[in-house]
Amino acid sequence: MGYRAKLSILSAFAVLLIGIFLFMGLGSNWDYALPRRTVKILAIIITSIAIGFSTLVFQTITNNRILTPNILGLDSLYLLIQTFLVFLFGSTHVTMLNKNVNFAISLCFMMLFALIFYQLLFKRAGKDIYLLLLIGLILGTFFGSLTSFMQVLIDPNEFLIVQDRMFASINNVNTDLLYLSIVGIFLVGLYTLKYAKYLDVLALGREHAVNLGVDFDLVVKRLLIIVAVLVSISTALTGPMTFLGLLVINVAREFFKTYKHSILTAGTILFALIALVGGQLLIEKVFTFSTTLSVVINFIGGIYFIYLLLKENRSW
Amino acid sequence: MKKRYLLLALVILSIASLFIGVKEIHPIDLFYFKDEETQILLISRIPRVISIIIAGTSISIAGLIMQQLSRNKFVSPTTAGTMDSARLGILVAMMVFANASPLQKMMVAFLFALLGTFIFINILNKIKYKDAVFVPLVGLMFGNIIGSITTFFAYKNNLIQNVASWLEGDFSLIMKGQYELLYISIPFIFIAYFYANKFTVAGMGEEFSKNLGLNYKQVMNIGLIIVAFITSSVVLTVGTIPFLGLVVPNIVSIYNGDHLKKNLPHTALLGAVFVMACDILGRVIIYPYEISISLTVGVIGSALFVYLLMRRKVYGL
Repeated sequence: MGYRAKLSILSAFAVLLIGIFLFMGLGSNWDYALPRRTVKILAIIITSIAIGFSTLVFQTITNNRILTPNILGLDSLYLLIQTFLVFLFGSTHVTMLNKNVNFAISLCFMMLFALIFYQLLFKRAGKDIYLLLLIGLILGTFFGSLTSFMQVLIDPNEFLIVQDRMFASINNVNTDLLYLSIVGIFLVGLYTLKYAKYLDVLALGREHAVNLGVDFDLVVKRLLIIVAVLVSISTALTGPMTFLGLLVINVAREFFKTYKHSILTAGTILFALIALVGGQLLIEKVFTFSTTLSVVINFIGGIYFIYLLLKENRSW
Repeated sequence: MKKRYLLLALVILSIASLFIGVKEIHPIDLFYFKDEETQILLISRIPRVISIIIAGTSISIAGLIMQQLSRNKFVSPTTAGTMDSARLGILVAMMVFANASPLQKMMVAFLFALLGTFIFINILNKIKYKDAVFVPLVGLMFGNIIGSITTFFAYKNNLIQNVASWLEGDFSLIMKGQYELLYISIPFIFIAYFYANKFTVAGMGEEFSKNLGLNYKQVMNIGLIIVAFITSSVVLTVGTIPFLGLVVPNIVSIYNGDHLKKNLPHTALLGAVFVMACDILGRVIIYPYEISISLTVGVIGSALFVYLLMRRKVYGL
C-alpha cells in the first residue's frame, strides 16, 4: 500500500467518525444540537492539528522519539502563565474579561519562556535524554503545584468566576477562542511553509544539517516558537493532554514507516483526530461519561511510554 | 549542621506551630488553665504537631531506605509508585468493604503499596543499563499509570472527591481520634535503625551481600515492608506528600556523607523540620485560610529536585 492509499483510508475513517459525532442521535432538536456539535468538532480538529504538528516538529528538532512538548511540561506552563495573569490583574481587569486579549498575552509570554527556558535546559542537560525527560516531568509537577498554589492565593470568589471560563477540557471546550485559534493555526501554517522544507534535513541531526547549508540555530529557534504557539492553542482550547502527542506520533511512524515530514505531518494529525473523536465517542456512548478521555489516554500513553523507555534503554 | 541545631529548630518550630491558628492562644493562657484554650490545644494543635513530626520523619526515612536498597539517589515513595499504590489500595478497600474501618483500609493500602513497590523493583531488575536518572523516570510513569487506574475506578463509583482528598496532603483535618494510626509507623522507624547496616550491605548487590553472609532476600523484604507500612499509614491519615522522601535524604547526604546509620537521625530531624516549616508557611501565607501541605511541599520539593538533578555531578549523586 502506498502512502497515498494509507492516507486516504485514514482520512475516510476520520471523516466517518466526525460524521457519526455530528449526526448520531440528532433528533428533532437539530437546530440546537448541530451548531454546538460543529463548534466542538472544529475545536477538536484544531487541537489535533496543533498537537500532531507540534509533537512532530519538536521531535525532529530535538532528534529523538520520546520527548514531546507536553511531556516536557509546556502545557502546564501555559496554565501557570494564565493563572499568573489572573493573579496579577484580578478577574475584573480588561485582560481577564476579554478572553482573546488574555489568550494573546499568554501566548506572548509562552513564546518568550519557551525560548529562554528550553535553550537553558538544552544547553545544561544537553544530550542526556533521560535527564531532560525527568526534569520535564518534574517541571510539569512544579508548574502544576505552582498553579494550584496561586489559585489558592487568589480570592476564592474571584477564582471561581475565572476558573470556569479559563480552564478547558475536552468535555468543556473553550469555544470563545475558536476564531482566534483558527486564525492562529492559519498564520502558523503560512509561517511554517517557509521552514517546512528544512524539516527532512533537520531530522538528519545537527552536523549533517549544518553541512547541507541549513542555518541550524536560526531555524530551530523559529520552529520552537511555532511549537510554543501550537501548544498554547491546543491547551487553551481543550486543556492539557500529556500523552496524546507521544501516542499518535509513534503510531504514525509505525504505520507509515517513513521519515518524510509531508506524509508524517498528515498522518500524525489524522491519527490525533481519530483518537480524539473516536475516544470521545467511546466515552460518551459506551462508558456514558463514567470516565474521562484524559484518564484513558494517560493510562494507555503511560504504559506505552514505559514500553518505549524499556525498549530504547538497550540502544541508548 | 549539627544534630542539636536541627533539634533546636524543631523545638522552636513546634512551639510556634502550637500557637499559630485562627483561635488566638497565648502561652500565658496555659497557666490559667482556661478551659477553651486547653481544649483546642489538646484536640487540635498538639495532635497536629505530633502528626507533622511523625509524617515528616517517617516518609523521609522511608525514602532513605529505598535509596539505600536500590542504590539510586532518586528513588523514593513518590518516584517508585508506592504512594500511588497505597491510594489505589484505599480506594479498593472502600469499594470492597462498604464501611471500611481505618484499620481495614490501612491493611489493604499496605498490601497494595507493598505489591506496587515490589513490581517496580522487579521492573528495575529487568533493566540492564541502570542510569541514575532513568530509574525515577520509569518510577514516576509507573505511578502515573496506577494513578489513572485509581481515577478510572473512582469515577465509576463516584468516589472521585474522596480520592482527591488523599491526593492532597493536609494537616488541617488532623484531630484527636483521627490521627492515631500514624503511631503505627514509629516502631518501624526503630526497626529501620536496627537494620541500617544490613540495608547498606544489601544495597551493594545480591552477590556481594551473599558473600558477606547476609540473607539478601530477607533484608530486602524487610526494607520494602517498612517502606510500604510507613507510606500507607501516612497516605491514609495525612495524604500524599510529594518528593519529601526524595529531597530530605539527598540534602542530608550532601552535607553529611553516605553513612546510613549516621544519617538516619539527621534525616529524621530534617524531615520533621522541613514539613513543620512548610506547614507553618502554608498557614501564615493566606491567614486565616490554609494552603495544604502537599502544595507547599510540592512547590518547594519539586524545585529542589530539579536543582539536585541539575547539580548532581557536582554533588556526586
